[in-house]
Amino acid sequence: MESALSPVRAAQHRARSNYRTRQIVNRVMLALCGLAALIAVIPLVWILGYVVQRGVGALSLDFFTQLPTPVGVPGGGILNAIVGSAIVVGIACAISIPVSLTAAFYVYARPNTLLGTLIRFSTDVLSGVPSIIMGIFAYTVFVLTQGHFSALSGGFALAIIMTPIVLRTTEEMLKLVPKTLRDGSLALGAADWRTALNVLLPAAMSGVITGIMLGIARVAGEAAPMLFTAFGNPFFSTALDQPIATLPHQIYVYAISPYRDWQDKAWATALVLIALVMGLEIIARGVASWQERKLRGR
Amino acid sequence: MSVIAEIKRQKRNSPWSELVRRIEHGDVIFRTLTVVAGLLVVLVTAATGFELWQNSALARAKFGLDFLTGTNWDPVIEDFGALPFLYGTIQTSIFALLIAVPIGLGIAIFLSELAPAWLRQPLGFLVELLAAVPSVIFGLWGLYVFVPSVVKPFAQFLNDNLGFLPIFQGPVFGPSRLAATLILSIMVLPTLVAISRDVFLAIPNAQREGALGLGATQWEMITQNLIPYGLSGILGAIILALGRAMGETIAVTMVIGNNLDLSASLLHPGYTMASIIANEFTEATTDLYREALIEIGLVLFALTLLVNIIARLLVWRVARRIPTEARA
Repeated sequence: MESALSPVRAAQHRARSNYRTRQIVNRVMLALCGLAALIAVIPLVWILGYVVQRGVGALSLDFFTQLPTPVGVPGGGILNAIVGSAIVVGIACAISIPVSLTAAFYVYARPNTLLGTLIRFSTDVLSGVPSIIMGIFAYTVFVLTQGHFSALSGGFALAIIMTPIVLRTTEEMLKLVPKTLRDGSLALGAADWRTALNVLLPAAMSGVITGIMLGIARVAGEAAPMLFTAFGNPFFSTALDQPIATLPHQIYVYAISPYRDWQDKAWATALVLIALVMGLEIIARGVASWQERKLRGR
Repeated sequence: MSVIAEIKRQKRNSPWSELVRRIEHGDVIFRTLTVVAGLLVVLVTAATGFELWQNSALARAKFGLDFLTGTNWDPVIEDFGALPFLYGTIQTSIFALLIAVPIGLGIAIFLSELAPAWLRQPLGFLVELLAAVPSVIFGLWGLYVFVPSVVKPFAQFLNDNLGFLPIFQGPVFGPSRLAATLILSIMVLPTLVAISRDVFLAIPNAQREGALGLGATQWEMITQNLIPYGLSGILGAIILALGRAMGETIAVTMVIGNNLDLSASLLHPGYTMASIIANEFTEATTDLYREALIEIGLVLFALTLLVNIIARLLVWRVARRIPTEARA
């Protein structure tokens, strides 16, 4: 009997210890997943905290209203870069928003036609292509043909980077608008364009604005395509066909310079940029989740 | 039939009045506008590739396919080869993914399966906020904070303990491919997490209940059911993150050390395709020099295009498949 029982006992024992190992593996791996989530938050907090800590000291009213000073001359600000960023991003919006919104209506109405598929494929491609490639593209289109760097070429590069973001968000938001609204408008005899402008667009408006804000937040922080399009400019300029300073490019120039006071200015400029971008991002995402709840709940 | 009625009928049916009527209705204009805008988007995409191709003609003619295998990059004698940059791009992005994928999947699992409901939204939001930090600020932080305080000691540690491996051979530098790799692994996390979390969330609950009902632990349910079920979507997320890592420019340029180097060691300074373009494009004084840089851009464009198409196919497949199976 003893000899017959012991293999059973042994199996029971094995099963129990196997169960225990499985439990331990389970606990350990799940804890590691939680730890991973913690790890992801560390760089964000570290970056934000450090930028605020280093940047806040150099901030003053002068920093926003003065032009940059040469190396070694104290004071000075980034007025030219703030205005420059506003101009370049403004150009990007002026090109990108009308095209993206109109194209989004096409994709919404006819997603499975040849052109619809091509548009969706193109937005996927555009959103995946590195931003520096868009810089080269804008360079070949504007700078090579005109012979000089310009605010316009920078705005053009940013417009292409912004387009897939605005187009995609607009399309998604239009899809969330209840079909009954559209059918109702069409049934009352409204033309397609009236339905689009007076019914669909207002219903999706806050989502569309979210997309635009996310797009702006993304391109306002782009330094790579600015290197050889907008190029940077130490002086104040609002001319569209001249080189112009932008915030991210200014940070880059200050950061890789060997001068201590320029490096300090890099942190202060970074604080301005990060406040701008994060502010836009947080507002946009807040509006988006509110809008989605509103439309889904209806 | 009266003459007047006949004239009216003809007038109504003439092509011209038909056109006027349609234009007054407005939809012709609206539809034309949407088609034009759509075509613009498609054209710009095609034009990007075309311009890169067109503007690298000189370099392509001179170096041919040897451009991809040439190891020399000397603007003075105008001898250009892209191998060091190709190598740097691929090495840093692959190693970045080796670090980021386990962490990213861990976060995605935590967000979709484990976290209490009140934590999911805020934590997901924080991870997405990481994507909003501009690249140049990653670079600034990397150059002055992360590299001296984390990367350099870590590199020293790796060299001391694992220095016999070719990838950890010294001497130890601060700015290095390791620095770029670590920064990239942070920067691609949001992409990885956002997509793979959505993949996990799209998996029907029956999969979970089935596994748990058969006595699987939660971890076994995740590894044996959920991950195989969502595999193509997760692969898509990984490949999409690979595309991000390959194209990342400014942050990498600031921490990689910018040095032509073909050694296996991660601890040496290196160069990537994006960072050579960022560094030297405005200094390119001759046509051939500039076109060689544009050709590097062309190669980078082709690589990211390929990677994105593969990723989209994978993500689309899982997105198309899950709803039908969820209903069944």
